[in-house]
Amino acid sequence: MPLRVHVDVVSAEEQIFSGEAEFAVFPGEMGELGIYPRHAPLLTRVRPGAVRLKLPDRDEFEMLYVSGGILEVQPTLITLLADTAIRAKDLDEAKAIKAAQQARDVAKNQATAANYASVEAELVQTITAARLHTIKKSRKPH
Amino acid sequence: MASGKEIRNKIKSVESTQKITKAMEMVAASKMRKAQDRMRAARPYSEKIRRVASNLSHALTDYSHPFLEEREEISGVGLIVVTSDKGLCGGLNTNVLRLALSRMKEWDAQGINLKATAIGNKGLGFMTRAGADIISNITGIGDEPRLEKLIGPIKLQIDAYMNEDIDVLYIAYTRFINTMKQEPVIEQLLPLSGDLVGGGTHRWDYIYEPATKTVIDDLLLRYVEVVLFQAVAENIASEQSARMVAMKSASDNAKNVIGELRLAYNKARQAAITTELTEIVSGAAAV
Repeated sequence: MPLRVHVDVVSAEEQIFSGEAEFAVFPGEMGELGIYPRHAPLLTRVRPGAVRLKLPDRDEFEMLYVSGGILEVQPTLITLLADTAIRAKDLDEAKAIKAAQQARDVAKNQATAANYASVEAELVQTITAARLHTIKKSRKPH
Repeated sequence: MASGKEIRNKIKSVESTQKITKAMEMVAASKMRKAQDRMRAARPYSEKIRRVASNLSHALTDYSHPFLEEREEISGVGLIVVTSDKGLCGGLNTNVLRLALSRMKEWDAQGINLKATAIGNKGLGFMTRAGADIISNITGIGDEPRLEKLIGPIKLQIDAYMNEDIDVLYIAYTRFINTMKQEPVIEQLLPLSGDLVGGGTHRWDYIYEPATKTVIDDLLLRYVEVVLFQAVAENIASEQSARMVAMKSASDNAKNVIGELRLAYNKARQAAITTELTEIVSGAAAV
């Protein structure tokens, strides 16, 4: 029986794959990586592309598509931390710039800047109102 | 005393309010289950990335990342406040904002600068009114959080951390304990706290591709993002269960009010009948 290695493919939003495989191919950043069980520990970035897994008792490869991520290889365990979004430095940068712009817009629209004290008073008011309500409720016999 | 018709109208209006709160309660209950599932779905990733990061910090010798270094002097802090977009969920947002506010006042007293990120409409409104320096915000996350939406705003905080504008980054959100219990918490996001370094016992010596630095940078960045993502997912689950509870008590209240109104209505009707009878009897006596 050929050796097997456990493969986990997870993203922040869901578990994509978990199971045994005899051979796995990942789109590594420096080129395609074909990994057999008992591979030396390796940590690398993965490009967007197809992951192929040779599962036991199956002739064809299991195909998965990932939009990049980080691959950790240990002799008996392969973990692919898949991204849910296409990541690149300039894309991240663009998102950050957009977020900063939004924040500035919000700041511009704000009419008056209050301070901690008045905001706290507001919070206390909400809480007191809620408590009063509860007290009233508990006093009323039904 | 209000006439019978007035009371009847009032009963009708309370009944329709009750229908709405009842519907909202059921909607929140079904959304809560989904939100809990999503919260759990995010768990394998965060567990895996935590383990990899822990392995890494053991294998790490020649490169020390800023995320792992405690700074001695703290002159600025970043705070990410996670709240809901909509209200009608009991004291959920108020509690977390109150906790955040007490910390903000402490920092203010110590002369520490604050850079805030607001996630959710309620927190955004609060932060603007508090006059905090908001460097980024996210609203309209919806019921299904997407990591993609968080990348931009969190990058601004991370950049501020790397530029040493802030020395610590905190996150305030409502932790989901169970349906009846949610707890507001403030946690330290950066520098990564000590429990990451603990854990695994064996030392791994990795082959890094393409280079140690880039891989570690990427990994730690994702780690921070996923911790935030998990917090947002928990907050949504908390929001839905808080709303469910709030709407349940609103429905119960409506039921009580209707009971009272019914009583008043019956009394009014009885009084009217009695008056009429008295009038007839005294009228007959006068003849």
